[in-house]
Amino acid sequence: MADPVLEVAGLKKHFPVKKGILRRTVGHVLAVDGVSFAIASGETLGLVGESGCGKTTVGRTVMRLIEPTAGSIRLEGKDITRLGATELRPHRRQMQIIFQDPFSSLNPRMRVGDIVGEPLKLHVAGDRAARRRRIAALFDRVGLRAAQMDAFPHQFSGGQRQRIGVARALALNPRLIVADEPVSALDVSIQAQVINLLMDLQRDMKLSYLFISHNLAVVEHISHRVAVMYLGRIVEYTDKRTLFTRPLHPYTEALLAAVPVPDPATRREKIVVQGDVPSPLRPPPGCHFHTRCRYAEARCKTEVPALREVEPGHLAACHLR
Amino acid sequence: MIDFALEVENLQTYFYTRAGLVKAVDGVSFKLKRGETLAIVGESGCGKSVTALSLMRLVADPPGRIVGGSIRLSGTDLVQLDEPAMRAIRGDRIAMIFQEPMTSLNPVMTIGRQISEALILHQSMTRAAALARTIQMLGLVGIPEPEQRAKEYPHQLSGGMRQRAMIAMAVACNPEVLIADEPTSALDVTIQAQILEVIAKLRRELGTAVILITHDLGIVAETAEHVIVMYAGRKVEEGDVRSVFADPQHPYTRGLIHSIPRLALMRSGGAVQPERLQEIPGMVPPLSNLPAGCAFAPRCALASDICRRDAPPLEEKRPGLFAACWHAGAAAAVAHG
Repeated sequence: MADPVLEVAGLKKHFPVKKGILRRTVGHVLAVDGVSFAIASGETLGLVGESGCGKTTVGRTVMRLIEPTAGSIRLEGKDITRLGATELRPHRRQMQIIFQDPFSSLNPRMRVGDIVGEPLKLHVAGDRAARRRRIAALFDRVGLRAAQMDAFPHQFSGGQRQRIGVARALALNPRLIVADEPVSALDVSIQAQVINLLMDLQRDMKLSYLFISHNLAVVEHISHRVAVMYLGRIVEYTDKRTLFTRPLHPYTEALLAAVPVPDPATRREKIVVQGDVPSPLRPPPGCHFHTRCRYAEARCKTEVPALREVEPGHLAACHLR
Repeated sequence: MIDFALEVENLQTYFYTRAGLVKAVDGVSFKLKRGETLAIVGESGCGKSVTALSLMRLVADPPGRIVGGSIRLSGTDLVQLDEPAMRAIRGDRIAMIFQEPMTSLNPVMTIGRQISEALILHQSMTRAAALARTIQMLGLVGIPEPEQRAKEYPHQLSGGMRQRAMIAMAVACNPEVLIADEPTSALDVTIQAQILEVIAKLRRELGTAVILITHDLGIVAETAEHVIVMYAGRKVEEGDVRSVFADPQHPYTRGLIHSIPRLALMRSGGAVQPERLQEIPGMVPPLSNLPAGCAFAPRCALASDICRRDAPPLEEKRPGLFAACWHAGAAAAVAHG
C-alpha cells in the first residue's frame, strides 16, 4: 500500500494478571498478540471479532491510550510508538476516537458546544468568537443545529449524542478516526443515520476509519477491507467482497454462518460452531480456534499457524488452506 | 377451530409516573398457536418488554398496572387471577427467559437444586425424580456433562452455558408458552446461533409456543413464523414473517427493514453491492408525551392531516397482513414504484 495513513506492525499488548494480597503477577493476558495491518487514505478497515478477541485493545493501543508491549504504530509514516506526551501532541490531532456508549463518553456537566470545542482550545490558536464559528460549522456538518450548542448532554437522544461525539472527533480535521462499536448502543432506526453520516464524512473529508465492531452486517456495509480477530490474533485479512463471499479461515466461515440474515426467503441451513470462546487468560495452544474447529488436525493443536498470503491479497492463518 | 395457547385481547398496561401517565402497552391484541414462534419486534420504548412482563403478571405495581384487557392461557384469564393463583401458573404453564441470565438464577444455589425446586413445587415430584428430570433438561439444552453441571453454581458457568441453564429451568415444567425477552442480545454471534438452535429444538421436541421479543430483524427472519411490529405502545403491523418482510404495509416497518444493512454481498455471492441505508428521520417520541393521531406521523413521509388527528385502526391490508396506517396502500406503492 502506497503511503498508508496508519501502519501497525507486530502489535502486542499483554496485561499482567495479579493475584493475592501481594498483587503478584501470576501470568499475562495476551489481549493483542502480534497484529499487523495498514489503512490507506479514505479507507475503512473493519476489525471484527467476538468479545474478548482484543479488537477494542487494538483501537486503544493505536490511539496510544494504552501503551503497547511490543510492535510499532506509524501514523502518516511517522513512528509514534515510543513518543512522549509532548512529541505525541502534534500527531494526536491527526487521530481521534468515537466510543460505543454515547451516554458515558460525554461529560454531563459540560455544555455540548464546549465538549466539541475542547480539542480546538487545546490545539488551535484563536479567539472565542472564531471557535464558536467553527463549532457551529461542526454542528451543522453532523446534522445538529448550532442553536443547540449551549445545551447539556442529557438533553439529547442517543443518536444525537453520538453525533456530538463525531463532531468532537472532527474538530481538528483528523486523518484517522478509530470508531469503536459506534452504533451498537443505538436503536435500529438511528443506526442508519449514524452509519450514513460516517460514510458521507469519509467521502467529503477523505477520512480513514478503523471500524471496530462485532456486527458483521454493519462491517460488510461500511468497510473496504476487513480483518477478523480471534483471541488476540488476526486470523483473516482481505477486501470485504472476498471475505464475505470466499472466506478461507474456518472461524470466519463460522461467523458468517452464524449471523442472522434479515430475509426470511433465504433461510439457510445453519452450521452452528460448537463450544464457547475460550478464556483469553488460557488460550488453547497452537491455533487458538482448534477447540471449536470442525476441520482441526493434530498439528493445529501444537503449531501456531502464521498469517500468510494464501491468494493474492487474501491473508489467512490456517494450516489447512 | 384453531387451538390457541395464548389469546391476548386489548391489553393495556399503564404506568403512573411523576412525568404523567405512560401508556406503555396501549390496546395490544394477538393470538399464539401451540408450537408457534411469534416475534414481537420494535425499538426501545415501544412496549415489547412491558407486554412480556404483563403476560407473566410481573409488572411492578406501583408504578405500573394492567388496566384493561385479558390474557387467556388455554382459556384461563391471567389478568383476573390473584397472586397465589398466578404464582402456581408462572414458571409452570407460562415461563420467561431474560437477556441477562443472572437476573433469574440464584447465585448461591446450585443449578441442579434451583431447577429441581421448580419441579418439586409445581409438579409435586420427589427430589430424586426432579433431579433426574433436571439432568435430562440440561442435556436437552446442550450442556455437556449435565450430571456434573447440576452440582455447580451459576458463576462457574460461561455466559452461553448460563443462558442454557436458564432456558432449562424455564422449560423444565414443560410450559405451554415460553417468553424469551432479547435472549441473545448479550451474547456473541456464534453463541447466539447455538442458543437460537436450542430454542428451536425445544419447540420441535416439546411443542412449546414461543414469544420472542427482539430488536433484531435478522433473528425474526430466521426463527419466527409470525411477527408483530410495535411502535410507541401499539401494534402497527402483524402478519406471517415472509409477507411482512416481502410486502410491509406500515411505513415504520418498511423503514425499519430498509434502515438495516442486510449483508448484500454475502447473500448475493458478491454480485450485489450494499446500497445506501434509508434513514428514518427523527427519533422515537417519549411515551409520556405522544402526539395526537398516529404516533409515527412526525417521522413519516406520507403523513397527512388525518394522521395527525386520528389514530389509524388496525386493518387487514392484504390477506393475513394487518397494519395500522391510513396510507398503507400508498406506502406499499412507494415500495414497488
